[in-house]
Amino acid sequence: MLRSVAPLPILHKSQSVSVQFFFQQCLIGLTNGALIALVALGYTMVYGVIGLINFAHGDLIMLGACLALSLVAALGLSMAGPAATWMGIALLVLLCGLFCGTLNVAVDRLVYKPLRTAPKLAPLVSAIGVSFIFMNIGLFWIGSADRSFPELLPSANLLPSDSLQFNWKDLLVVIVVVPLMLGLSLLVRATRLGKAMRAVSQDQTAAALVGIDVDRVIASTFFIGGFLGGAASVIYGLYINTIGFQMGFQNGLYAFTAAVLGGIGSIPGAVLGGMVIGLVRALSSAYVGERWTGAIVFAILIVILVFRPEGLLGRRTREKV
Amino acid sequence: MKNQDPQHSTDFFSRRDRAYEFVRERWDMMALAVLAVAPLCVPALGGALGGQVTTLFIYCILALGLNVVVGYTGLVHLGIAAFFGIGAYIMAILTVPMYPFQIGFLAATIVSVLITAGVGLALGAPTLRLRGDYLAIVTLGFGEVVKVTLRNLEQITGGMKGLNPVPPPGAGVKVAGIDLGLAFAIDPRWFYYLALVSLAGVVLAMRRLEDSRLGRAWVAVREDELAASAMGISATRVKLSAFAMSSAVAGLAGCLYAASLSTTADPNAYDFNRSIMVLCAVILGGLGSIPGTLLGVTILVGFDTVLAPWADSLIQQMNINPSGLILLSFSGWRLAIFGLALVLVMRFRPEGLVPSRRLAAELHEAHP
Repeated sequence: MLRSVAPLPILHKSQSVSVQFFFQQCLIGLTNGALIALVALGYTMVYGVIGLINFAHGDLIMLGACLALSLVAALGLSMAGPAATWMGIALLVLLCGLFCGTLNVAVDRLVYKPLRTAPKLAPLVSAIGVSFIFMNIGLFWIGSADRSFPELLPSANLLPSDSLQFNWKDLLVVIVVVPLMLGLSLLVRATRLGKAMRAVSQDQTAAALVGIDVDRVIASTFFIGGFLGGAASVIYGLYINTIGFQMGFQNGLYAFTAAVLGGIGSIPGAVLGGMVIGLVRALSSAYVGERWTGAIVFAILIVILVFRPEGLLGRRTREKV
Repeated sequence: MKNQDPQHSTDFFSRRDRAYEFVRERWDMMALAVLAVAPLCVPALGGALGGQVTTLFIYCILALGLNVVVGYTGLVHLGIAAFFGIGAYIMAILTVPMYPFQIGFLAATIVSVLITAGVGLALGAPTLRLRGDYLAIVTLGFGEVVKVTLRNLEQITGGMKGLNPVPPPGAGVKVAGIDLGLAFAIDPRWFYYLALVSLAGVVLAMRRLEDSRLGRAWVAVREDELAASAMGISATRVKLSAFAMSSAVAGLAGCLYAASLSTTADPNAYDFNRSIMVLCAVILGGLGSIPGTLLGVTILVGFDTVLAPWADSLIQQMNINPSGLILLSFSGWRLAIFGLALVLVMRFRPEGLVPSRRLAAELHEAHP
């Protein structure tokens, strides 16, 4: 009876389809995760150095995406040939990175720096204020409606299989994110600046005592975090294809969740956290329903904070008195 | 000749001081008297304006609830709107005809306040041990979870339509031959008085709490958790009580909100923006200060309901903005104005417009 003829092949086929579907979702999740990780690095670096949850980081990236959109129009990239398109994208990443990095440093200088010795609430609330101001600038820049970001890359599949899709857009994410992350870890591990950053994040006073210019290190941290965010904003536009002035809040929240999940202040942690959050998002969108994704991600955040507040790769630290 | 001019001037100053002290001590009674008489003198309060002022009172209650956590206890709470929403939805579930409960306004309020306090405890118990900024994120995440849940559990919460109609308080109760519910439904002034009495009750309770053993423990934990623990205060328990108290007050505000609108409105009414606006109001007015909180809410609500529409219509009349550019409309600058206000207040007057004396001293001591 069990060997009845018809159902078996169908079952087999649907099983293989569902397995492929699963892998496809994982691939989407990892690609998304790389993007989230890039944003998460901006949170984790600033937090690691001055202990501030930079609420404005998501909105900084929104502004980067606005600039990218304007530049695409100004450079006429939607009509360019393949070679020019790739050159243009490289230029976009560079310009938006510089823009976001510089803006981040300027905000630090104007807003957070005078509050270094104030109670922790003050810079946090100021960051919320800055995020409002950024959102308003974005509103003036691109208007209140969502704007579609032009498709610059061909959508041909790069994998031989029909059922598993990995196209140029996905490749773009990988070839921008991976070198940036390698460069960052090299910078933090092997350069004088990186050493100074690690020293400042351990103990500002002691770092200043051994002759490190703490303010310069903090400014560099803001710049690097902002630069990575600017690069992320270009990829976001090219990959997601829709930007709006309110996108910063939710994306920032996902990225922050990733940073906390990996262990805030830890750079490999942010990357790992980004990948995990990307996977969770993709799988919950596919299997539970997209409308629940936000709730699931934040529920995970709460559970992690309760049971393992130091994150996956972070070290347990006591709050300093 | 002794004590000529100096005497004179001290007299003048002490008289002004006494007037200031009088206002400082008696502002609540004066405001209450004015607000209690107002509906009898201002006919507009019987119309749409009455509803707006009622909503203002409800936000004041909500902000006073948030002030317990943020102001007295010094924790960052970014999800107060979630508790506001839970209060509103429980009120609706217990009273709308769609559900079999229909237990009446007063009972529903009590149940709802108890449940929101319980939810506050349940969220706070595991998370209040966390570092301050992590707590901010937990409350923020909780707010998002609640909003998404309210939106998606359509069978229970009505999805984007919300739950309605929430019957007015006292429906079916007859006093001197008049159906109270009908009175509430017809004349907004009934809700005005209900909200005013609730607000007065909350203000009174807060002032008593400020001077109570618990209130002093809250402030002690804010000022120095380590020192407070050394004095035998259980910091976690004190924070938890603040969290529960704030949730309960927010729940009460939610009940009044749902009843006065006769609907829960859609879940977006309880999102992050609402939380952050209430937080802005508390910070702007003065953390830990009751008059400050009330003033902050009045300024922010006044901005949205009075100043912005007035300025927009002025711009329209002057024909500055014929093509409807958002850049040239006053309300287009709303976020930037609020954001700038937050940044400037934190930079130059972190104790807010009407500071609580103790917090002001604390904040200025922290600047070396």
